[in-house]
Amino acid sequence: MTVPTQKPARKLSMQQRYSALTHDLDWDPTYVTEEEIYPYTTFEGIKVHDWSKWEDPFRLTVEAYNKYQAEKDRRLYAVLDGFAQSQGQLGLTEARYMNAMKIFLQGIPSGEYQAHRNFSHLARYFNGPGARFASLCQSLDELRHAQTEVHTLSHYNKFFGGMHDWSRMSDRVWYLSVPKSFFDDAGTAGPFEWLIAIGFSFEYLLTNLLFVPFMSGAAFNGDLPTMTFGFSAQSDESRHMTLGLEGIKFMLEQDEDNLPIVQAWLDKWFWRGYRLISLVAGMMDYMLPKRVMSWKEAFELYFEEQMLNGLFKDLEYYGIKPPRHVQWAIDEKEILSHQVYWVLYQYSHAAAFTTTIPDAEDQAWLEEAYPDTWPVFKSVVWDKAQRVVDSGERYFNPGLPQLCQVCQIPMGFTEPGNPLVQCQRHSIYEGERYDFCSDGCQWIFDREPEKYVQAWLPVHQIYQGNCGGPTLPDVAVWYGLEPGDGGEYIGSMDHQDWLAWHAPTIKEG
Amino acid sequence: MSVEAAPRPVGVDIQENEENRAVVEAIEADNDDLTVRHMPGIIRLTKSGQLVINQASIEERLGRPWETHEFQMAMISYFGEFVEWDDDRIVIAWKH
Ligand SMILES: [Fe+2]
Ligand SMILES: [Fe+2]
Repeated sequence: MTVPTQKPARKLSMQQRYSALTHDLDWDPTYVTEEEIYPYTTFEGIKVHDWSKWEDPFRLTVEAYNKYQAEKDRRLYAVLDGFAQSQGQLGLTEARYMNAMKIFLQGIPSGEYQAHRNFSHLARYFNGPGARFASLCQSLDELRHAQTEVHTLSHYNKFFGGMHDWSRMSDRVWYLSVPKSFFDDAGTAGPFEWLIAIGFSFEYLLTNLLFVPFMSGAAFNGDLPTMTFGFSAQSDESRHMTLGLEGIKFMLEQDEDNLPIVQAWLDKWFWRGYRLISLVAGMMDYMLPKRVMSWKEAFELYFEEQMLNGLFKDLEYYGIKPPRHVQWAIDEKEILSHQVYWVLYQYSHAAAFTTTIPDAEDQAWLEEAYPDTWPVFKSVVWDKAQRVVDSGERYFNPGLPQLCQVCQIPMGFTEPGNPLVQCQRHSIYEGERYDFCSDGCQWIFDREPEKYVQAWLPVHQIYQGNCGGPTLPDVAVWYGLEPGDGGEYIGSMDHQDWLAWHAPTIKEG
Repeated sequence: MSVEAAPRPVGVDIQENEENRAVVEAIEADNDDLTVRHMPGIIRLTKSGQLVINQASIEERLGRPWETHEFQMAMISYFGEFVEWDDDRIVIAWKH
């Protein structure tokens, strides 16, 4: 063993370590052109003059990244183990809470995986080392999210329906085409648009709305694994938000010709992302037995206050305006969750989750959260649904809904300022008519009709005979649904199991 | 480095647990006029202008070394921009 004779060199500062281990590992190619190595960063029209201006504020290196990610996983798996050992599922507020987690499992991990793939594309094909390294970290994060989500929720699969075949469902089931088509749309765009779509519009602008109240809701409903997973993922999310923000500022600072391109992407992807998370609005207000905050309150806090009054004032400096259809979203905040949940309620016989009429406690909460809109909605929709139940039936919509060509959500949204009139827009392209739920979706279609005419719309696909057969039972089999996965919650298999688990006498086995 | 901060609110959401108590206490001590909001599992800290997280204040309360990278373990979300992330402190503010 040799004893070092010299004093070790002074530790590098964070800034020096970051430079040495990311930017300084890059080199200029000599025997191929830059275009040959990075062929995808010019066709979108974004002009970049100096890639070295891209810096990661986190100043993360491979070593630091690995160290903290390993610690995050270690903590998560410790919680999962403890929860499973202690039969934690028995401590949930109610079995119906699990419906929100079913939609989460069916819709989100495959989106995470798509994000993983596309960020690894950026990690290879962005010209600058700072941008590549941040993308590499995010790519690994997203893979971790997909895996830890599936792992976290796998425990519940032993006890509840609808969670057994999430990857097949995410490819096939009607409501899951909403997240799937969103990521397909972003992933088939160029690398800069992807970054504005996912990194900026989704991660920075909108994911707080998805994750923070939702994970807090998990905590409130006794779902420790989901809360822990969610916070673990969200801690990565802070880096992702930063990548998105760096990305948009980098594009805007590099060349002023980039402004109109970036603004149009922002307008598009705000609306795409906002429509996507309207599903979360329905889940937050109606599917959690105990709620932390309403969709409306979350929207005001995480979007209007933080983004419109904070971020967009900052971006004004570059000439960026708030998203084109933002006022529509603001106007909808009082009615969005009512409309989305009503869609889920009527079609849950063809879904891998169950729904039910809000009970007395739920209704009191809704009344308080939405004093202006809940009473109207209650009398127009839920009182009728209740009368059907009182007569011994359960209302399901016997037809198939028309879907918006862009967001793929059933057409159940209404005209601004008139929550009782359904909104329907259409455009003609090459002699065919296409329908939309809103001005926002129509505007997106009209910019790129050649892209959106290719949409895989689940209802059209059923009618074209591509989904297992002509009847609902045929389609359900093709979807991977099993008896008891969908329909009404009261009296469902999950509900009966729940009552049996909590029955006062323990059955001898 | 001095940071020119616009007087709009910035903030950070921190996971509420034993480990992070020292982090939250340090932030509370180092930032005047901080607004604190509790939600299940979450503490939300907001402040007008800029929010500073000091390594020394956290180490003092934790009684062990704490590198600023470790803040990633505590943070769930934020709004504003990381205008500084160094060995000794982290600053969140709006740049414009
Ligand atoms: Fe993710
Ligand atoms: Fe739409």
